Amino acid sequence: MIERMVTIKNRAGIHARPAALIVQTASKFACKVWLEKGNDRINAKSIMGIITLGASFGTPIRIVADGSDEDAAASAIEHLFESRFEEE
Amino acid sequence: MEEKQFTVLDLLSLELKEQNALNLHCIGGREGLARSIAVPDINRPGLPLSGFFESFAWQRIHIFGRGESAFLQKLEDEGKTESLRRFFSFPIPACVFTHNLAPGKSFFEIAEASGCPILQTDLPSSELTSRILRVLSDLFAPQTTVHGVLVEVFGIGILISGDSGVGKSETALELIERGHRLVADDVVQIRCVNGSNLIGQGANKIIGHHMEIRGLGIINITHLFGVGAIRDNKQIQLVCSLEEWDPNKVYDRIGTDEKTTEILGVRVPTLEIPVKPGRNIPIIVETAAMNERLKKMGYHSAKEFNQNILRWLESENARAVYFNRDDYM
Repeated sequence: MIERMVTIKNRAGIHARPAALIVQTASKFACKVWLEKGNDRINAKSIMGIITLGASFGTPIRIVADGSDEDAAASAIEHLFESRFEEE
Repeated sequence: MEEKQFTVLDLLSLELKEQNALNLHCIGGREGLARSIAVPDINRPGLPLSGFFESFAWQRIHIFGRGESAFLQKLEDEGKTESLRRFFSFPIPACVFTHNLAPGKSFFEIAEASGCPILQTDLPSSELTSRILRVLSDLFAPQTTVHGVLVEVFGIGILISGDSGVGKSETALELIERGHRLVADDVVQIRCVNGSNLIGQGANKIIGHHMEIRGLGIINITHLFGVGAIRDNKQIQLVCSLEEWDPNKVYDRIGTDEKTTEILGVRVPTLEIPVKPGRNIPIIVETAAMNERLKKMGYHSAKEFNQNILRWLESENARAVYFNRDDYM
């Protein structure tokens, strides 16, 4: 199990489009992936969960991956956050 | 991350209606509204008011009914404020006066000096006590969030769980189309009330009754199917765990395997349903719900079936002995 910390750099936060990108990326990997905001942990392969997280601009998020390809999964999702979900 | 404290002001701001309403308003000690409520319990302060402070549960909310108010009046008349001062030397979360009664001047002075909020309600003490205990036990109930879909089928609350992509949302969609209700999709918040009831609801009111279906996207169930197709919360009585059919796994063929899942310390009956193309999962879930209803009424079909078989075999044995034939079978 590995963890990475990221911060949300998008002005609008995680709305439907970035959430869909996260889900599409996370679903490519076999391992389990979670996103944590504070005490809430949700499954990163479910779009409703990610939108429900209510992650706005500047919120710190912890990416947790557990499985055979956990490194690749965590890096791929970290890259999405860093590249501002190709929005800006 | 620190837990958000539940303050007296939060208690006053709760939206409670009809038989849950507390009808509380603040009549003094306003700055104390920021005090937090740490335990879901109340106390009638008869003992400390008369000077006995051993085992004093000061962390509780204190309710002053007619008896307590009359005693306070007596103390006020006799000018005895010692027990009151000692009472308020503790960080009491709040004092509530029922029957719209109010305390005397010295009570107000001492309470406000120590920063304790004084609340008033028109409810009688017994009614207020049972309502406030209900509200507090709800708020302080242990809770967790699980990934799954919560539906109500024939009155049975079913949590459909399984890995992403196995078909939970699609199963729920067909169940809704067949007339059942959606409680929550994807993020289900579960609270354990009274130590044995699990109440599930959607984790976020804004998201409400939306579902994500691969190929369709996000759909609004309330708009598509109407208010008859949704429910805000439901007790979880059965867990249906969907999994990809595993040829190496042994699935229960008789129905007497009582599997359970533990959620917040409560064991919930669980069914493991293998998913394979061509299998009608929604009808299996519907039948499971009806079977569960039957079990609750006392009819356990699989056990009864086995007992009938045993009886039949016994009668066959008896007949064989009676006819004394070795080749009967």
